[in-house]
Amino acid sequence: MTTVATAKNWDEFMEGIWKQNPVFVMVLGMCPTLAVTVSAINAISMGLATTFVLIASCGLVSMMRNITPKEVRIAVYIVIIATFVTAVDYAIQAISLTLYDALGAFIQLIVVNCIILGRAEAHAARNPPVAAMTNATGMGAGFTIGLLALGVVREILGNGTLFGLSLFGEGFQPWVIMVLPPGGFFVLGSWLLLFSWRARRKQALEATHHA
Amino acid sequence: MIRTLGLVSGICGLIIVGSYQGTYDAVAANKRIAMERAVFKVVPAARSIEEYYALEGGSIAKAGASAPAGAVKFFAGYDESGKLVGVAAEGGAKGYADTVRIMFGYDPACQCVKNIGVVSMRETPGIGDKILVDRDFLANFKELDAGLNAEMSALAHEIKTVKHGSKTDAWQVDAISGATITSRAVGKAINDTAQALLPKLVPNIDKIGSKS
Amino acid sequence: MGTVEIRPAPHIRGERTVEKIMLNVVYSLLPVCLFYIYQYGISALASMTVVTGACLLTERWLVKTGTQSGTLADYSATITGILLALTLPPGFPLWMGAVAGFVAIALGKGLFGGLGFNVFNPALVGRAFVQAAFPTAIATYTPSFLPGRFFEFIPSSLAWPLMMPADATIWLKEKHLDALAGATPLAKWKFEGVLAGAEELITSLSGHMAVGPSPLLILACGAYLAFRRYLDWRVPTAILGGAGAVAWLLYFFGPGHYPNPFFMLFSGGLILGAVYMATDMATSPVTPRGMWLYGGLIGLLTVVIRYYSGLPEGVMYAILIGNAATPLIERITQPAPFGKGVFGGARKGASYPLHPGYISREEAGAVTPKKRILKNKPKADERRTPNS
Repeated sequence: MTTVATAKNWDEFMEGIWKQNPVFVMVLGMCPTLAVTVSAINAISMGLATTFVLIASCGLVSMMRNITPKEVRIAVYIVIIATFVTAVDYAIQAISLTLYDALGAFIQLIVVNCIILGRAEAHAARNPPVAAMTNATGMGAGFTIGLLALGVVREILGNGTLFGLSLFGEGFQPWVIMVLPPGGFFVLGSWLLLFSWRARRKQALEATHHA
Repeated sequence: MIRTLGLVSGICGLIIVGSYQGTYDAVAANKRIAMERAVFKVVPAARSIEEYYALEGGSIAKAGASAPAGAVKFFAGYDESGKLVGVAAEGGAKGYADTVRIMFGYDPACQCVKNIGVVSMRETPGIGDKILVDRDFLANFKELDAGLNAEMSALAHEIKTVKHGSKTDAWQVDAISGATITSRAVGKAINDTAQALLPKLVPNIDKIGSKS
Repeated sequence: MGTVEIRPAPHIRGERTVEKIMLNVVYSLLPVCLFYIYQYGISALASMTVVTGACLLTERWLVKTGTQSGTLADYSATITGILLALTLPPGFPLWMGAVAGFVAIALGKGLFGGLGFNVFNPALVGRAFVQAAFPTAIATYTPSFLPGRFFEFIPSSLAWPLMMPADATIWLKEKHLDALAGATPLAKWKFEGVLAGAEELITSLSGHMAVGPSPLLILACGAYLAFRRYLDWRVPTAILGGAGAVAWLLYFFGPGHYPNPFFMLFSGGLILGAVYMATDMATSPVTPRGMWLYGGLIGLLTVVIRYYSGLPEGVMYAILIGNAATPLIERITQPAPFGKGVFGGARKGASYPLHPGYISREEAGAVTPKKRILKNKPKADERRTPNS
């Protein structure tokens, strides 16, 4: 019984990280993905902030799922999400103002990140709190990994550093395009290419296997 | 439905108020540190700073919670013995992408602008953001003339950004070649703030001459 | 036994194949390349080799992994490489040139499916990428006809991969030239207000000017291609005419502000772009009226970008925008079918020559396209079995 439950929880968790990865598979939440991933540290902070909002609001939505009237559910979700976003906003200001300036309006914009509302509507509203929060953690982790994948590439090429540490020494030639918006599109496109190429190869392998 | 909505608002209200209260001190401290860091950068000799408003009528008041109309905010930097060593003020002007906000230090002794720091900007990396590092450009702000005219109503010479390599006078800013727009924004930001602040400040500078 | 190739009609074979056209373009580019190497020496040769090599390697890799169609033998990657190298500064670091070549083929062509499917001119995609990535390096030109250019590299060429190139000004000082000698005529005009002389511009021969191959030579090579019908004369004519007309108008109304139209036409990469890049068959319109429109648009945009933007050169973006507008231009300049339309205007939705149904009617399962020409369309079953 316990093993079954654990296995199910594990599946719930892994769904967000791999099978339904919000960035690479579902291609959701592109606005912060493209905008704040100029450095790895920004990407991680953004990912963690979103993860916190995701877990907390999914938990609360799930707890209130039985008493939320269907007609006003979206309003309730938005209020709940906005609350936690405000809390995160204050927390980041308290932790570091530099980070707050770097992330800019994208912290407040977590409110309209479709991953969160999507999770609340599609998962949390139909599952008990533990399952909802496990799933939300997985999704948040998947989102963070996605942002980090972009942030690492863009920081290395655009600045020659990783987490602020210089990798190539003095004479590094920064690729200016990587810290500009087009660089975000290029890197995201390359990652999506890699993922879909993998998926297609797997399909082809399975097809030959069955034949 | 009313009950649920009430409950949700109640919970959310509690969370927001809680987090606001919990982080208030840290946020305020952070903001102060950031501000002080910017001021110390442009007035390196300062050891402590005070925040003031230069008021419309020509008087100077300590900064309170709310700014009176027409007031220009500035920071006075004092050394260990409490003597005024420099004044810092913030200014902004439209750059290439967005407003470039800079902080500059004013030295009352030589009536000139010394040192600038960027508060916020979104200029093109590698081109516009050269204003942070370009040595020739920063050399402009070793002693940029900001003396007032005889009536003390405006700057004797408008601070102006000129094309790269054509600086002739002490009140001109030599632009970075290829980043003229951003350079011009810096010059304009300094000029605008200096024009607003200095005529009010300089006649009364003795009032804040030592730390109160 | 050779492979049997199944192709839809028409089965008439013309003399001109893709390979032949491309090879002719390569031949016509050879004098231009030789002159470029004569101007800048060993650095230009190395740059050309590395960029073209990167293009060919990328093409080979993409064809091999099945990402794009085509073969190396069609010379299209060679052309891309040569043109890309000609648009880059001669002292452009070799590793950046390799990046440009890779991006040009992978992003400009491979991702779309290969030759003929690309929307943008691959060489210009590569250039646009490196221009955005390395704005300083791509603006650093060195004077041509320097003594010892055949034995000595321009120092910036040999920068280590990922590393910043050496400062050209120091090297120029050693050669007793001032830093401004390296500016292109366009940059000199834009930032210093100095106009270059007419004869120097046309021939690129005198003075240590930082320019590409002589416009006259390019025009001559282009004329050969146009004469052999390997490129359509309308496109370059429209571009140069459009740019000249706009520049002349501006010059007419404000001679103090704007340089003369002659300078506009013969400086920078306008001639090279007009003759070799805008005429790329895959990315320019096929209809004659479309070609005029396309060329005029590029000419206009070039002058507008040169005058009113922060960039000294506008040909690249003008052509890329023209490429993007090509499908639209083709759509609105579709010729009217025989017997239709008094004013020769295209009917709504008349895009059937490109309808895939027409191309593969014989294939099983192909969609029979709707006959839009006949007003009283016969019923489908009547048409298929007229006798039963």
